[in-house]
Amino acid sequence: MKKLLLFSFLWCCACALAEAPSTVAIRNAKIVTVSGPVIAKGTVILKNGLIEAVGENVAIPADAWVVEGEGMTVYPGLIDALSTVGIAGAAPAAAGRGGRGGATPAATPAAAQAATTERSWGPEDRPQTTSWLLAADELQADDKRVETVRGSGITTTVTYPTSGIFAGQGSIVDLVSGEKAAAMVLVPSAGQYISLGSGRGFGGGGGGGFPSSLMGIISYVRQLYLDANHYKAFKDAYAKDPRGMQRPAYDRALEGLLASQRFLLPANQVLEIDRMLRFGAELQTITPVKQSMILYGARDAYRPEAVELLKKGNVPVLLSIKWPTPPARTADSDDSNETLRTLIERDKAPSAPAALQKAGVKFALYSDGTDTPRDFQRAVKKAIDAGLAREDALRALTLSPAEIYGIADRVGSIDKGKIANIVVTKGEIFDDRTQVVMVFVDGKKYTPEAPAAGGRGGPATEDPGPGGNQ
Amino acid sequence: MKKLILGTLLALTPLSAETIVIQNATVMTEGPKGIFKGSVVVKDGKIADIGEKVMVPQGATVIEAGGQYLIPGIIDCHSHIAGSGNINEGSVSVSSMVDIKDIINPDDIAIYRALAGGVTTANILHGSANSIGGQTLPLKMRWGKSAQELIFAGATPGIKFALGENPKRAGTPQGGRGAPGAIVPVGRYPATRMGVEDVIREAFNDAKVYKAEWDAYDAKVAKGEHPIAPRKDLKLQALKEVLENKRYVHVHCYRADEILMMIRAADDNGFKVRTFQHVLEGYKVAKEIAEHGAGASTFSDWWAYKIEAIDAIPFNAAIMAKKGVVVSFNSDDAELMRHLNTEAGKAMKYGGMSETEALAMVTINPAKQLGIDKTVGSIEVGKDADLALYDGFPMSDFAKVQKVWIDGTQYFDRDKEVAVQATKDAEKQKLLDKEKAARPQTNTRRPNQ
Repeated sequence: MKKLLLFSFLWCCACALAEAPSTVAIRNAKIVTVSGPVIAKGTVILKNGLIEAVGENVAIPADAWVVEGEGMTVYPGLIDALSTVGIAGAAPAAAGRGGRGGATPAATPAAAQAATTERSWGPEDRPQTTSWLLAADELQADDKRVETVRGSGITTTVTYPTSGIFAGQGSIVDLVSGEKAAAMVLVPSAGQYISLGSGRGFGGGGGGGFPSSLMGIISYVRQLYLDANHYKAFKDAYAKDPRGMQRPAYDRALEGLLASQRFLLPANQVLEIDRMLRFGAELQTITPVKQSMILYGARDAYRPEAVELLKKGNVPVLLSIKWPTPPARTADSDDSNETLRTLIERDKAPSAPAALQKAGVKFALYSDGTDTPRDFQRAVKKAIDAGLAREDALRALTLSPAEIYGIADRVGSIDKGKIANIVVTKGEIFDDRTQVVMVFVDGKKYTPEAPAAGGRGGPATEDPGPGGNQ
Repeated sequence: MKKLILGTLLALTPLSAETIVIQNATVMTEGPKGIFKGSVVVKDGKIADIGEKVMVPQGATVIEAGGQYLIPGIIDCHSHIAGSGNINEGSVSVSSMVDIKDIINPDDIAIYRALAGGVTTANILHGSANSIGGQTLPLKMRWGKSAQELIFAGATPGIKFALGENPKRAGTPQGGRGAPGAIVPVGRYPATRMGVEDVIREAFNDAKVYKAEWDAYDAKVAKGEHPIAPRKDLKLQALKEVLENKRYVHVHCYRADEILMMIRAADDNGFKVRTFQHVLEGYKVAKEIAEHGAGASTFSDWWAYKIEAIDAIPFNAAIMAKKGVVVSFNSDDAELMRHLNTEAGKAMKYGGMSETEALAMVTINPAKQLGIDKTVGSIEVGKDADLALYDGFPMSDFAKVQKVWIDGTQYFDRDKEVAVQATKDAEKQKLLDKEKAARPQTNTRRPNQ
């Protein structure tokens, strides 16, 4: 009978097009709350987009649509702490070398393009700066990647514009479909995305203008913060008493910077982690508004020196799960030009999360463009195989990012009153054969397509859920 | 296996500063004691004693160096190693806002190779694409330490200027700003030597205005007033420091005419050129360079690689030195940096310098040019124990560096390096085999997704 129920339910999922029920009860399931102990067999009630109740003995409301959860596990929705999902055509967010989105004009929202194409002759031209951009304003509800990554169990992304040096402010987004883009926005401004490409060319070749080198970019970032400081002091003085004062000129680049409550700096290598921890601390002494700092990338976090620095720096880390892989090779290709360091890096990189966990560094994992459910699962599994406990992997994709972004009061775990972002799986999450059966975002149910024979998760079908309950 | 890795790491980690006695070496001090056969005692990172006979402190490590030569660690007055990314911010002709200090790369293998060539200190300069380039500083080659730990504590920072072909190369004959979005890269002013001078003078005009603004502000603050601070401009801030004698000017140059131009421009604006770099025609204007009080850091016999380097002669260093200029040889290059000892040797052939005078070109003289001769550049009691031990006469082609110490810490040991190679090779092979085993057998390329 139970099986019949389940089957009929799944059948409904596949065909029904009506509204989502206001109340859903998932019962007899294993519930991994993340914030508390695992409930071996219990019930979760979702109502009006929120978690109404969770526990072993929870009464199921009469109007609830019941999901028979026998043999299934319920997890909080995963959070991708640094993503570009929702911004159409955006390149996956990446740290460090080549991370500058400036090379991909498609990633540049129209508003930003004017600011990045003209050759700049100095910091005063605000080169490669769109600090005022809000990802929330650039969201495309019909971005195909929304469905793709939801198939991995990701319900929430922190989506950033990534073009330029000061790319703009990321927004925390719930991956609902079929709504206006604005309905996706959880937090409009989550932080300023800063990237540092490495320049090229003797005479600033390529006509890119200032800054064309890493040191130029660092100097520019510093100058913009100094300018923001001066700008605010001047504006404040003018607001106090404008008489006899020349009015301050409006500068949207500085306004965007001042509106950011935190900033993200890229750092992969140990030396970059060291450099950016110092640089970030310096920027924090310059900024006239309170800004916290996050490092992203952190590839070298498998090295004890890096872990020590991060521990000492006491700065949250977003760790990319795009592990380095060997270059494409033929059977007879010559490997001897690979450095020992590169080889060690490829071998050890996936052990970075375990190292950070052990040291007690606050960190979250992010997909870094590892979009398809199959690749995502494999990448996280690599970290688990390299020593990260499964519950720690889960935490690094749920409650930890929520804490880092200050939204643990609404997402990141299965607790009463939090947003109904839930993943239901058959099998343990991140395992090879585990199937994501359904995903709830804001209480709205989605059923990912079963992985195709090729092993890649196909496009998920949106499923507003069965009707007839209202 | 873990033990093996640990062993590798241990072998590479520099031994921390201890009390050591290097005995029976031929010591070329480049200081008042000249050349002698005897011992050098190192304690707490400093040279504690030197002499034919010394007291061996209790617990000291004694290094028998019979038949070997001990010299002060080599100092390179012009290097571009140990930086991340481009060392030219070439987009603008005044890039004084950028700072090498921001991009120190302690992982650059060139540091270790420089050490293996006896170099202990290098002045890391911005490139020469700009009339006024970026901020610079000397580093000690403390391989294995972090970026900040490489910085030569207490050394006066510098700034790079460049004259002649390089800074005008990025310009077009028309100069100026072209149409934005043009397919041909937009030219950058200046495109002529006249333009280079103009850029430098204009920059200092701006810097003086900036300085006056800040001086006025500082005066008001000193009086207890609370004015709004002027905008801090990183570009002009560096030039303000030049005007305040807080930052050394290192000028890349070749031709006599541009050297004279630079001296006049500096005199007119009230600052000093600390060193002329390359300065291949320095022999023509050595008297003027000496009068200005600038040093000259040149090549021994490297020239004719471009038209402005055509009038060079191998006697350049010796002639400038005779006219009273403090002269050094620099590398400008990671490879040349590894054998500055033989570069110095060439001064003995061209110009008939003594051993001591020639070795000074890569030790005490660059130390003087960088204002760090109080602590490094010679083997004297109280100075930093920056030392290089050669297995033979150090300016010979056949001499090999055996050991190098910085602040009394050994950072290079030839025997250990050779010994550890096999372990490193084995480790590498093991990782390669592991990857090979994990590689799919039939397919050579991973699918894109």
